[in-house]
Amino acid sequence: MTAATDGHASEASEGDVLLRMRGLRIEGRADEEWLEIVHGIDLELHRGEVLGLIGESGAGKSTIGLAALGYARDGCRISGGEIWFDGVDLARISEGKRRALRGRRIAYVAQSAAAAFNPAHRLIDQCVEAPVRHGLLDREQAEREAIDLFRKLQLPNPETIGQRFPHQVSGGQLQRVMVAMAMAGRPDLIVFDEPTTALDVTTQIEVMAAVKKVVEAHGTAAIYVTHDLAVVAQMADRIIVLRNGHVVEQGDTRGILENPQEDYTRALVRVRELRKERMEADDTDVPVLEVANVTAAYGKDPVLVDVSMTVPKQRTVAVVGESGSGKSTTARVITGLLPPQKGSIRFHGNTLPSAYFKRTKDQLRQIQMIYQSPDTALNPKHSVRDVIGRPLTFYLGLRGRKREERVRELLSLIELDPDQFIDRRATELSGGQKQRVCIARALAADPQLVICDEVTSALDQLVGEEILRLLLRLQKEFGLSYLFITHDLATVRAIADHVVVMQHGEVVDSGTRDEIFTPPHHEYTELLLSSVPEMDPDWLDRLLAERGEEFRDRGI
Amino acid sequence: MIHILKMVAQRLALGVFILFVVSVIIFMAVELLPGDFVDAILGQAATEATVEAFRYQLGLDRPAYIRYFEWLGDIFQGDLGYSFRAQRPIDDLVLLRLYNTLFLAAYAAAIAVPIALLFGVLAAMYRNSFFDRTVNVVALIAISSPEFLAAYILIFVFAVQLGWFPTLAQVSIDMEFGERLRVLLLPAVTLTLVTMAHMMRMTRASIINLLSHPYIEMARLKGMSNRRIIVRHALPNAIAPIVNVVAINLAYMIVGVVVVEVVFVYPGLGQLLVDSVSNRDMPVVQIACLIFAVTYISLNLLADICSVLSNPRLLHPR
Repeated sequence: MTAATDGHASEASEGDVLLRMRGLRIEGRADEEWLEIVHGIDLELHRGEVLGLIGESGAGKSTIGLAALGYARDGCRISGGEIWFDGVDLARISEGKRRALRGRRIAYVAQSAAAAFNPAHRLIDQCVEAPVRHGLLDREQAEREAIDLFRKLQLPNPETIGQRFPHQVSGGQLQRVMVAMAMAGRPDLIVFDEPTTALDVTTQIEVMAAVKKVVEAHGTAAIYVTHDLAVVAQMADRIIVLRNGHVVEQGDTRGILENPQEDYTRALVRVRELRKERMEADDTDVPVLEVANVTAAYGKDPVLVDVSMTVPKQRTVAVVGESGSGKSTTARVITGLLPPQKGSIRFHGNTLPSAYFKRTKDQLRQIQMIYQSPDTALNPKHSVRDVIGRPLTFYLGLRGRKREERVRELLSLIELDPDQFIDRRATELSGGQKQRVCIARALAADPQLVICDEVTSALDQLVGEEILRLLLRLQKEFGLSYLFITHDLATVRAIADHVVVMQHGEVVDSGTRDEIFTPPHHEYTELLLSSVPEMDPDWLDRLLAERGEEFRDRGI
Repeated sequence: MIHILKMVAQRLALGVFILFVVSVIIFMAVELLPGDFVDAILGQAATEATVEAFRYQLGLDRPAYIRYFEWLGDIFQGDLGYSFRAQRPIDDLVLLRLYNTLFLAAYAAAIAVPIALLFGVLAAMYRNSFFDRTVNVVALIAISSPEFLAAYILIFVFAVQLGWFPTLAQVSIDMEFGERLRVLLLPAVTLTLVTMAHMMRMTRASIINLLSHPYIEMARLKGMSNRRIIVRHALPNAIAPIVNVVAINLAYMIVGVVVVEVVFVYPGLGQLLVDSVSNRDMPVVQIACLIFAVTYISLNLLADICSVLSNPRLLHPR
């Protein structure tokens, strides 16, 4: 080491600063060219402190989180700046030295535990790998330690759960096992990269509570990366707001939430304040859609049991529930993709054939779908013109100039400039723009009912909110009815007139939005509602205190 | 565990069914060949009456489907039939040849499979390095050159020039094991050369294919070494594709050795097949083809079962 870096080293280890990034620059490769995606970030983390990194996709938050391990993904490189971790600059030391720190002093918890665990090995083998290979503990000690962590993280059967393979454990449990795996080497710093994003709200709480407890108990410092301000509010002492690789604002959690200085931060705090105006009582018209006592199964496994719901004209019915509750299956039954075993689907009072291939073209035209992931719902080889034009020709027989005019009209409706967008391919659109094109495609068929299956969950919150506003406007203008499938209660609150709550393939609660959101609630609805994180740093502690024993018992 | 047994039983049943279909195809194909044993033996000068009498004697005058079912029934009773040409039961003829072929295949596999796997793993570990490129180029050259060429080059260098090995792979039953290995080294190396590249490249590709998975990144972020990541985290998940390509190549070593056997004048099944075709000794041709089919099907079956067993989702259901 030269004298100069020695100087930095002593500076970096002054006080109780564990990690200090200075002018961190990271580049990503796009088409044979290196583009800067993180533009000179400064960041400081004290021992035992939890720092929240928040931002939307493309903000660079995961990239920065990984840089705290001196790691850059394939196609990325750390191009400038310093990453001082306890006296060493991770950007300058050899890969071998970085490897010696990873898993031992700095650990990582990934977004999807299902993908981050090796499917070929038992959980315990993966949990003890880091401490054993780094020579911290022998195998037996490491196993005892891991089991102890399993217990602290409130995993069921802590003694034996490690003998299972990743696919044998539920998502929320697996996420906690991954936390145990990260803690196994007793690291000074853990980077949590969106650890609860892929989970249901009720499961998210279990993981958040477990993480919070263990991190506090061990005095571990953490970087908590997420796009959800309400989540990070529960976990972090301090928050850094990122956008496009720049720091927008930073401060302690309460300050950011209560007194945001920048417009962007304010927008993030305000998100979820969208509310649809209340509709006057429903007219007595025949409802657009009636699902009557539908029972359906995949093979022998029953997925829907006696499900009924109605969608009135020009109203939005939100179907909420956790993964596996049968919401999307209901959509498949309505569209005729999965003919039910029992029950019927009535459209304007007429029973529809149960299988889509028995329905007339006009019956098909009336019900359109918008999907969760616009990336996979659009053919990347097709231009926007092809995508929107196809249903115009298929359902309405429009061709040539008429079709072109209508495509342009639809693009204007979804607030995309026709001249600019009509020739683009799906790959040349942002996530929000893609979803708009999907909406235009559904509208092209001139439907009465649009089924929206988690249409905002793959999008950033601010973008998602714009999509919701657009959907509301279109509903007003064209008298559309929506069946809105979502797991996100904030979305439900924002746009629904009626709510149907599903659990294990059954409808457990239903009513108007006000009925559902005003106490007294059905037991399961209550659980769902109370599990939605609020923009209040004390929310999680308060909730856990309220749930008390009942909650703690749940895991063990 | 029960559903795995069920799955294996299903595959087995499917294998038997395919074998049945193949036996029909073999029988029909042989029927369609122009000329039969009688024509080949008696030549053009024979009178109608002699031909008829000879056909009657061999049973060739009866309809094909009756002969098919007789043939099949006999095989089930362990009677492989009677060679027209050699005038003795086929089992005598075939069993020794089969042993020779299997011996050579096992020998070649014992060389090729470990080397291919090792080099595949190493190439994946040091991908895009000089080592990786060299191995790939050599493997490609080996697989692109026809096996007779490789065989003759080997013979020229090691048998003719250096005189280390015999030019012909002549074996007898009472030969010592070590001597047999020495005599058979050149044919075994020839087979290795033509099969190794495929297995090696598949091993490399299957492993590299897995390296973009999040659990590999996780292993890196746990500070695991490159070697451990490849061997411990990638390899176990690449077993299914690797086993499949190994099985195909093993099958090739048994079924596709005809050229090598001819070049080295090795008394294997492939050579017997070639001789029998030119002699129109149909019962032998049929049996040889059937044995090849059994080999192919059972090796693929074995690969299937290995793939199933390597998948923890199937082995350890929820």
